[in-house]
Amino acid sequence: MQTYDLEANGLRDLNAALHDQNTETNQTRWDVINPRGSHAIAVGLDAPIEVNVKGSTGYYCAGMNKQAQVRIHGSAGPGVAENMMSGKVVIDGDASQYAGATGRGGTLVIKGNASSRCGISMKGIDNVVHGNVGHMSAFMGQSGNLVVCGDAGEALGDSIYEARLFVRGKVKSLGADCVEKEMRPEHIELLRDLLARGECDAAPEEFRRYGSARQLYNFKIDNAY
Amino acid sequence: MCGIVGLFLKDKMLEPRLGALLTDMLITMTDRGPDSAGIAVYGEGAPSHTKLTVQSDTPDEDFADLSDAVQAVVNAPVALVRRDTHAVLNVPAGTAETVRAHLRREVPSVRVMSFGDTLEIYKEVGLPADVASRFDIASMSGSHGIGHTRMATESAVTTLGAHPFNTGADQCLVHNGSLSNHNAMRRRLRREGIHIETMNDSEVAAAYLTWKMANGATLGEALEQSLDDLDGFFNFVVGTKDGFGVVRDPIACKPAVMAETDQYVAFGSEYRALVNLPGIDSARVWEPEPATVYFWRHGETTTPSRKAA
Repeated sequence: MQTYDLEANGLRDLNAALHDQNTETNQTRWDVINPRGSHAIAVGLDAPIEVNVKGSTGYYCAGMNKQAQVRIHGSAGPGVAENMMSGKVVIDGDASQYAGATGRGGTLVIKGNASSRCGISMKGIDNVVHGNVGHMSAFMGQSGNLVVCGDAGEALGDSIYEARLFVRGKVKSLGADCVEKEMRPEHIELLRDLLARGECDAAPEEFRRYGSARQLYNFKIDNAY
Repeated sequence: MCGIVGLFLKDKMLEPRLGALLTDMLITMTDRGPDSAGIAVYGEGAPSHTKLTVQSDTPDEDFADLSDAVQAVVNAPVALVRRDTHAVLNVPAGTAETVRAHLRREVPSVRVMSFGDTLEIYKEVGLPADVASRFDIASMSGSHGIGHTRMATESAVTTLGAHPFNTGADQCLVHNGSLSNHNAMRRRLRREGIHIETMNDSEVAAAYLTWKMANGATLGEALEQSLDDLDGFFNFVVGTKDGFGVVRDPIACKPAVMAETDQYVAFGSEYRALVNLPGIDSARVWEPEPATVYFWRHGETTTPSRKAA
C-alpha cells in the first residue's frame, strides 16, 4: 500500500503518481493523509486502483474519475466526482454543492447529506445519497439514477429529461416537468441493485419514483409569456 | 469569488488568540481574492468611550496632531493608538458623529473605517498576509471577529471598497457575492438618513441591516428581512457588539462551511479555512442551509438557528 502525505508533498505529485497507474499496476491501494480540505485531490484517475482519502476534501475531489474506487473518510467540498465516467466514489460524511454533476457513469455514494444541485445535468451516473439532498437536485438530468434515502429539497428534477429519481422521504417540491411515476417491479429490482451498490440497507419498496413528464421536449407557444 | 471567515468565541480562554486564529483562517483563503483584505475585531472597550478607527494614506502627516485636533472638538482627552495606516481614537461616548463630521470637513484625507464600543476594523488593498502583518492582527485579542479577502466585481479596488463594512455602531458585515438591486436600495437608505460611504454593493447590505436594527429589529430579524429585500448572490457574515450571524441567499451558489464546538462557532468560505482551529476534528461541521438565518449571542446558552419564512 502507498501512503501519500498531501500536506508534506503537495497536490501535483499526488495526482501525477495516480495518473501514472494503469490496468497492470501493482500499486493498487493508496492512502492520502492530511487532505485538510485541499482541492482537486485524485482527479482524472484512469486505473482500477483504490484511493482512500483520510479526511475532508475541498473542491472537485475525484473529478472525471474512470475505473478507480475513491473513498473520502470525511466530508467533500463542492463538485465531488464531477463528470465521473466509471468506477465508484464513496463519501463517508456530507457532500457540498453539485455532487456528481454531469456524471456519465460509475456510482457515487454519499453516506451523509448532499447539499444543493446534487446530480445536476447527470448523464448516466448513479448517485446514492443516504441522507437528504438540497434544492435543484438532478436539474436537467438526462440519464442515470438518483437515489435519496432521506428528503429532497425544492425543485427536484427541474427540467429533467430522462434520469430516474427515487426518494424515500419527503420532496419539498418538484421542479418544472418533473412528476411522480408508478413504481413497477422492474424499478424495484433496479433500485434494489442501486441500494446494494450504494452500501445502503433501505427497502426499495419504501421509495417513490419521479421522472420527466416529457412536456418540455418541444417548443410550445403556450410556454411563452 | 471572495473569501470570508468568522470566529465567535464562547470560551474566554481563547480570546487572546482571536487575532492569530482569524489571521490564519484569512490567509488560507488568499486564493479566493487578491484585491484587498480586512478584519474586524471586537476587543476591549473603555467605559463611556467610543472607538473610532480611522485610516489615512498619509498617516505620518495626518495622525501627528490628530488627537489634539479631536480633543479640541470634543473638549475631553482623546487617546490615539496608531497601527500603520490606521489609528483608533477613543472619544467620549456620544461624540462619534460630531468627530466624523469634523474629520470629513477639516481632514478629508482621514477616513472613518468603523465606530463602536469595542469594534475595530483594519482593511487595505493587498493580500491577507500583508494586510494582517501591517496591522499585527495576530497580536489582537477579542471575543469575536470577521475577515474578508476580496475579488472585486461591483466597485473599485480601494481601501474604502474593502470589507468589512461598518454602517452602525459596533456593526460590521462581510459579503461574498454580488447584489443586483444595490443602487435602488442605496438611494432608499440614504433617504432614510443612513450614512453610506461608497458605491460598493456590500456596503448597502451593511447599511440595510443597520437601518433595520435602528428600527427595532434584532440581528436575526434584520437578516431574515434581507432575504426579501436584497436581490442577488450573497453569503453574509455579520457582527454586532455581542452577536454573530450568517445568512445565505436562497440559491446559495457561494460556498460556506460552519463549525461549532463548546469553544467557538466558526465560518469559512471553505473547510480549508477551519482546519487549524483547536478541536476541529471533533467539531460539528455543516453547510449552512440556503435562506436560513443563523445567529449566536454571547450569554445565550443555546444555539439558535431559525428558518426564514
